Amino acid sequence: MELYTPIFVLGGIGAAFVVLSMVVGALAGPKRYNRTKLQAYECGIDPTPQPVGGGRFTIKYYLTAMLFIVFDIEVIFLVPWAVHLDALGMFGLVAMVLFLANVSIAYAYEWRRGGLEWD
Amino acid sequence: MTPTTETAAAVSARALDLAAEPGLEAFGSDPWWIVLIKAVGIFVFLMVCVLMMIMADRKVMGRMQQRHGPNRFGPWGLLQSLADGVKLSLKEDLIPRTVDKVVYIAAPMVAAIPAFIAFSVIPVGPEVSMFGVQTRLQLTDLPVAVLLVLATASIGIYGIVLAGWSSRSPYPLLGGLRASAQVISYEIAMGLSFVAVFIYSGTLSTSGIVEAQQPVWFAVILFPSFVIYLITMVGETNRLPFDLAEGEGEIVGGFMTEYSSMKFTMFFLAEYVNMVTVAALSVTLFLGGYHAPPPVTTFWPDAGEGWMGAVWWLGKFLLVMFLFIWLRGSLPRIRYDQLMALGWKVLIPIQLVWITAVATIRVLRNEQYPPYVTAVVIGVFFVLIVAALWAWGRSAERARAESDAELEAERRAMRDNPMHGGFPVPPMTAPHYGSSVAAEEPRFQPASAHEREEVSGA
Repeated sequence: MELYTPIFVLGGIGAAFVVLSMVVGALAGPKRYNRTKLQAYECGIDPTPQPVGGGRFTIKYYLTAMLFIVFDIEVIFLVPWAVHLDALGMFGLVAMVLFLANVSIAYAYEWRRGGLEWD
Repeated sequence: MTPTTETAAAVSARALDLAAEPGLEAFGSDPWWIVLIKAVGIFVFLMVCVLMMIMADRKVMGRMQQRHGPNRFGPWGLLQSLADGVKLSLKEDLIPRTVDKVVYIAAPMVAAIPAFIAFSVIPVGPEVSMFGVQTRLQLTDLPVAVLLVLATASIGIYGIVLAGWSSRSPYPLLGGLRASAQVISYEIAMGLSFVAVFIYSGTLSTSGIVEAQQPVWFAVILFPSFVIYLITMVGETNRLPFDLAEGEGEIVGGFMTEYSSMKFTMFFLAEYVNMVTVAALSVTLFLGGYHAPPPVTTFWPDAGEGWMGAVWWLGKFLLVMFLFIWLRGSLPRIRYDQLMALGWKVLIPIQLVWITAVATIRVLRNEQYPPYVTAVVIGVFFVLIVAALWAWGRSAERARAESDAELEAERRAMRDNPMHGGFPVPPMTAPHYGSSVAAEEPRFQPASAHEREEVSGA
């Protein structure tokens, strides 16, 4: 635990600074009420009354997020393997190459089907 | 091979033993006041770095563009960013009526606080004597130190997403989405570029990785990983040429459009602290940390000892920081589809092949296979890479031929029909204008295929 305590100390200092400066910012600045100032900024035109598109946005972002999960798990799987590669030897190498090939098939399929195109 | 008679306590003791990495004995034994001094020191260093970096950014950019940059406040304008900070804190703290107030206020904190934490595992120097206590110039080290940096970077993304979402306004929403999609895409390539380093270092602790680079830097052995790390590091921090999240010409300020005063400053601060962190991480993982570069050590063996180590570290760190400014001064902003294509179609496949190659060669060498096996494997990888490049070139050629044909058809259509493409604005040369303008000439001459400007990565 002693290894982790200094992280909390640094985090505490950072948090104190962030909160304090935000409070100071809120108190120090002027407060001049103006109805227009409190509107959402849309380059001066009247702001859209509802969230854009009913709060929906393009599916591309969901797709990217899902791909991210797949690949992030792959990275997390690679990390302990990489650290102990010398101990795992040939067996570990073959196992990981098989796993990478598995993921790459899905990746190639997605690429071929245009899942990585952005337009 | 756990014997069945082994008790649960023994098993868990053995598991703890495995968890305790060797080489971390130097950490976790500092007296509390040394920890406090180091933590405050890191905090001050980060703040000074951010202030100086903002100033240097503007000064160097100015010089690159044949102008002076800020030079009024303090000697050579050195205090400019301090003045900006004071000014920002005295601005009105607007909270638009439509926002989700709790999340809106929490978002800048979520972005800024993790940014500070990541620096705690960066080794700045070797063991030094600090007020009579022998201690490392590093706040702490963990068996999973590099993962801590990645984790804090990921938490920082929440700040961006929440800021964009809670603003309830189109530009911030788009900016937040763009920024998060970009950062998670580049985070994968970044994580993959670490894997090769871990193969060589055999540890995740940052001080261990620095020690593993004693004869040769990983930037030399693992050059492709280093280059890809540099690219992803710029992508992670939303800096030019990858600053699509706040492209002023398209989506105003991006996710921070609705923020003002100190809340805005916190996002700004988080961005620059993140830059400091990724630059420090590149020094740690690839540039040998606080060790003096190899040519120097031949004639000055203890160049990296004691406080001199921190000087070497600072020099390397400043070079990487300068690279950020240099890139910003040299490169135009790329398009969003190019950005995503670079992340997903170039960096990730290259990394996967590279990691496999590094691991294979390492295992073959460890297990003492005869050299010709290694040679054959390298040959196979080489052939695979050439084949992939050939296939890629062929598909690019095909795409170019397609677009050339399209362009040619367009040219022909324009020649045959002056009103072609005349909606919604009729061409000036359309016949019904009946002017002196010659009707035969097409209004627009598309450049022929060979003189067309190369559009890459689309």
